[in-house]
Amino acid sequence: MSGFPILSLLTFIPLIGMIVVLLLKKGQEKEVKYVSLIATGLQVILAIILIANFDFTKGGIFDPNTFQFLENYKWIEIFGGSWIGTIKINYIVGADGISAPMILLTAIISFIATLSSWTINKSVKGYFALFLLLDTAMMGVFVSLNFFLFYVFWELMLLPMYFLIGIWGGPRKEYAAIKFFIYTLVGSVFMLLVMIGLYFSATQTLPDGSHAFTFNFFALMNQSNYNTTGILSPLNPHNLRFIAYIFLFIGFAIKIPMFPFHTWLPDAHVEAPTPISVILAGVLLKMGTYGILRISYPIFPQITRELIWYIALFGMINMIYGAFVALAQKDFKKLIAYSSVSHMGYVLLGMASLTTIGINGAIFQMFNHGTITAMLFLIVGVVYDRAHTRGIYEFGGLANQMPVYTGFVTVAFFAAIGLPSLSGFVSEALVFLGAFSVEAIRTVTIISTLAILLGAAYMLWTLQRIFFGELNEKWKSLPDLNGREYAMFIPLMLIIIFLGIYPSPMIHLMNTSVTSLVNFISANSVNLTMSGF
Amino acid sequence: MDFTSLSNSISLIKPEVVITITLILLVIFDLIFVKQKSVIPIIALIGLFIAGIFVISDLQQSGFAFSLSGTGSKSGMITADSFGSYFKILIILASILIVFFSYSSNEIQKVTDRLGEYYALIFGMILGMLIMVSSSDLILMYLSMELLSLSSYVLAGFTKLRERNSEASLKYLIYGAVSSGTMLFGISMIYGMTGTTNLNEINLALRHIQINWLTLSFSLILIVAGIGYKISAAPFHFWTPDVYEGAPISITAFLSVASKAAGFALLIRFLKTAFVSDVDMNGTWHLIQVFDWKLLLAILSVLTMTLGNFAALWQDNLKRMLAYSSIAHAGYLLLGVVVMSNIGVEAVLIYFMFYLLMNLGSFYIVMLIANKIGSEDINDYDGLGYASPFLGVSFAIFLVSLTGLPPTAGFVGKFYLFVALLDAKMAALAVIAVLNSVVSLYYYIRVLKHMFLTKPEPAKETIVTPLPNMLFILALLIPILLFGIYFTPVVNFAESCITILGL
Repeated sequence: MSGFPILSLLTFIPLIGMIVVLLLKKGQEKEVKYVSLIATGLQVILAIILIANFDFTKGGIFDPNTFQFLENYKWIEIFGGSWIGTIKINYIVGADGISAPMILLTAIISFIATLSSWTINKSVKGYFALFLLLDTAMMGVFVSLNFFLFYVFWELMLLPMYFLIGIWGGPRKEYAAIKFFIYTLVGSVFMLLVMIGLYFSATQTLPDGSHAFTFNFFALMNQSNYNTTGILSPLNPHNLRFIAYIFLFIGFAIKIPMFPFHTWLPDAHVEAPTPISVILAGVLLKMGTYGILRISYPIFPQITRELIWYIALFGMINMIYGAFVALAQKDFKKLIAYSSVSHMGYVLLGMASLTTIGINGAIFQMFNHGTITAMLFLIVGVVYDRAHTRGIYEFGGLANQMPVYTGFVTVAFFAAIGLPSLSGFVSEALVFLGAFSVEAIRTVTIISTLAILLGAAYMLWTLQRIFFGELNEKWKSLPDLNGREYAMFIPLMLIIIFLGIYPSPMIHLMNTSVTSLVNFISANSVNLTMSGF
Repeated sequence: MDFTSLSNSISLIKPEVVITITLILLVIFDLIFVKQKSVIPIIALIGLFIAGIFVISDLQQSGFAFSLSGTGSKSGMITADSFGSYFKILIILASILIVFFSYSSNEIQKVTDRLGEYYALIFGMILGMLIMVSSSDLILMYLSMELLSLSSYVLAGFTKLRERNSEASLKYLIYGAVSSGTMLFGISMIYGMTGTTNLNEINLALRHIQINWLTLSFSLILIVAGIGYKISAAPFHFWTPDVYEGAPISITAFLSVASKAAGFALLIRFLKTAFVSDVDMNGTWHLIQVFDWKLLLAILSVLTMTLGNFAALWQDNLKRMLAYSSIAHAGYLLLGVVVMSNIGVEAVLIYFMFYLLMNLGSFYIVMLIANKIGSEDINDYDGLGYASPFLGVSFAIFLVSLTGLPPTAGFVGKFYLFVALLDAKMAALAVIAVLNSVVSLYYYIRVLKHMFLTKPEPAKETIVTPLPNMLFILALLIPILLFGIYFTPVVNFAESCITILGL
C-alpha cells in the first residue's frame, strides 16, 4: 500500500464529486444524485481497503513512524527574517487506531446520508454540492496530523452545514442554522489562539539540524521540544497552558456537545433535514471527542491527568441530564437529539478513565453512537416523510401497519438501550469497566449508571407510545419501507448486530493505539492522588 | 539645493511625477476633446500602469529625497523605502480597480459629461496618498493629507444625484476640517518643543532633549486624532457611515481601501521613524520612553473594532453595514501596529493586500446589485442568491473572507495578526479580537441569510451578469481562494517590504 495516497483520495473524492456536480446542467437532477452516490460509494470502498490493509500492531499517536498510510508533502514554507523564523506547514495526513474507526464511520454515514437525501427535491444541485464539500471537510478533520490543516478542515465544515440546515431545514431553520454557526465558531476561534500559542512554544528539529516552529502534532506532543520562553511552554513560569487547555476543551466540548454548551444541538437536529441530522449525529459530534483524544490529551498530558475528575463529572451530567430531558420530549426527533447528548456522555466518561479499556470503550462508543443514532434519525425521517408529523402522542399501533419498519426500530432502540448482543452494549460495558477501575472517578461512575436505567425508560416508553396500542385512524394508509429505505437500514443493522456479537475486530483496530496513548499520558505526567474529591 | 541632489530626489519620486503628469493630461484632454469622454479612463489607466511599473522596478529603493541640509543627511522630506513602495503598489492597484469600478457604475455613467473632473479629482487623491505613504516630514504629511482630503470632499458629493450626496460631502468637509485643524495644532506644538518638523530629527531630539511629558502627550494625541480620522478609528469615526452611505459607491470603495491604507502607512512611519530607538534581533521595536504608544493604540484598537462590529449588527443598508465593517477592520489592523514589531508591520501589510481584494469585491457586488434593483437595503436582497447564483456565491465568498474563515485569504490575514499578537504575548488583546470576529460573523451571515435562506414570492427575476463584470469579480475572487490555500507568495512579498528607513 505504500505510495498509494489513499487518505488524500478519501478526503478529496467528494470534492471532485462536488466539482462534477457544479458542472452539470440545470435539470440534470438524477445525474447529480448519482454522482454523489458514486463519490460516497468510492469512499466506502476505499475505507474498507484501508481497514483491510491496516496493521493492527502499529500504535501511532505520537510516533510518525508507526502511523500508517502517511502522506507528508511540503505545503507552505516561508523563510522569514530572524524575527519569526521559518514557517513550515506540511500537508501531513495519516491514520492510526484512533482515526481509522472514524474514517470508516464517516465513509459509511456519508454514503447512507446520500441515500437518504434521495427525497430532496429543492435546489438539488446546491444541496449535493454543499453535502460533498461537508464530506471532504469531515474526512479531512479525521486524517490531518497538522494543527493548521486540522483547523482549516474544521472551519471548512461550518459554512456548508449552515446552508444545509438553513436552506433545506424546517420552520425555524434560520435560527437553528445561525445558532449552530455562532456556537461552533466561538469554540473554534479559541482553538485558533491555542494553535498559534502552541506554535510559538515548540520547535521541531528539521532534517538539516535547524529548528523551526511547528504545527505538527508529533512535535507538539514531544514535551522536550518546548522552549523556555513560549507562551504555552511548560517551562515558562508564567505559562498559560492551563487556560489554553480549558479554551481548547471548550472548543471541542461545544461540538460534542457537552453540558452546558449543548443547546444548539436540539435546535439544529429538529430543524435539519433527515440526512443532515444523520451526518450531524453520526459524524460531526464525534469530532469533538476525537479532537480531545488527538490533540488535548497527548499535547497536554499533565493537565489532562489533573482534570479527569471534571471530565468524568461533565460526562455524568451529560448522561443523566440528557436522559431526563429526553424523557420529557413530545417530539420524536428532539427525543433522539437528547438521547444523543446522553450517549456522548458515555464517551466523556470513558475518556476520563485514562485506562486502555475505558478509552477503547469511548472510541467504540463513538463508532456505535454514529451507527445507532444515524439509524434512529433515519427512523424518524421515515415516519416523518409519511405522516408529516413527529409528535410522539399522535402515533400508536404502527407495529401492525408497518411491521418491517417496526422490526428495524426495535433493533435500533434496543441497541441504543445497550441490550447485550447488540453493539451498544459492548461499548457501554467497556466504558463502565474502565471508569469503575479508576478510584478517583468511581463515585461519579456509580451515579452515572443511572443513565442506563433512564435510557431504557425513555426508549421503551417511546416504542410503546408509537408502535403499540391502538392504531390511529389517520395512519391507516401508511406504506411500509421501500427498497431505498431497506438499503439504508440493512447495512447499519448488520454493523450493529455484527459488532454486538463479535466486537474483537473493532477492538483490535484501536487497541494498540489506545494503549500507546494511555502509556504516553502516564509517562508524561505525574500521578496526583485524587483522594481529595 | 544643487542640481545633482535635485535629480536624485526626483528619481526617487518617479511614480508621483507620472501621476502628476497624468493629472495634467486629464485636465487638458477634458478641455480639448469635449465630446470624447471615453478616452479619459484609458488615459487614467495608462498613467496608473506607468506609475505602477516605476514602483515595481524601484521596489527595493532606499534613500531620502529633498533634504534641506545637503546630501548625505538623513533628513529628507520624503523617504523612499520598500515599505512605502508596498503601499504605493496597494494604492495603484486599488486605483486601477476603481477605474474599472467607475466604468460599470450607473451613478458615474449618469454624469459622463463631468468625467474629466471626476478622474482629475481621483488623481488628486492618488497623488496625495502616494506622498502620504512616503513623507517623513510633519509639514509634508499634513499637506499630502489635505490634498487627499480636499479631493475626496468634492468626490463624496460629486454626482449630486441624491440629497445624501451633498450631506456626505458637507459632513466629510466639516469633520475633516476639524481634524486637520487639531492635527496642525499638534504639529505646531511638536515643532515648538523640538525645533524641527522632520521625523528623523524629532527622533534625535526626543532622545537628547528633556521634554515636558504633558505637553508632548497632548500634542501627540492631537496628531493621532488627525490620523485616526483618516483611518476612521474610533472615536474619530463618526463621519464614516454617513459619508460611505452618501458618496457614490466607487468613491466609497476607494476611501475604504486606499485612503485607509495611506493613513495606516503614515501612522506606522510616523511611529517608527520618530519614536523608535532601536529594533532588536527578534524584530521588536524599542520605543523612546516619552509616551505610552502601546496603551493608547491598544485602547483605540479595541474601541474601534468593538464599536464597528456592534454598530454593524443593526444596519439594514448594505453600504452602511460595509462602512461599519471597514471601521472594524481598521480596529483589527491597529492590532498589527500595537505590537510594535517587524512581524506586526508584516501582518498589516499582508492584511491590507487581502482586505483590498475582499472589500473592493464586496462593494463591487453591492454596486452591481444596486445597478439592477436600485436598492442597497438588505431586505431587497431576499432570494438574490437564486436570481443570480454567480453574484450570490461570489458575495458569499467575499463575506466569508471578511469574517476571516478558512480557506479564504481573510483567514490568512487574521492568522498573521494573531501570530503577531501572540508573539508579543498580548493574549488578552487576541481574545478580544477573536470574540469580535465572532460578532462580525453575525452581520456578514445575515446578508447570506437574506440572499439564500429567504425566498420571496413570487421569485425574483433572474439577474444576468455581463461578462466583463463577471471577469472583474473573478479577478478579485480567485486570488482570495488561491491565497487562502497557498499564501507563500504574498507573505514573502510582504516580508521583503518591511524596511522603514530611519535612523
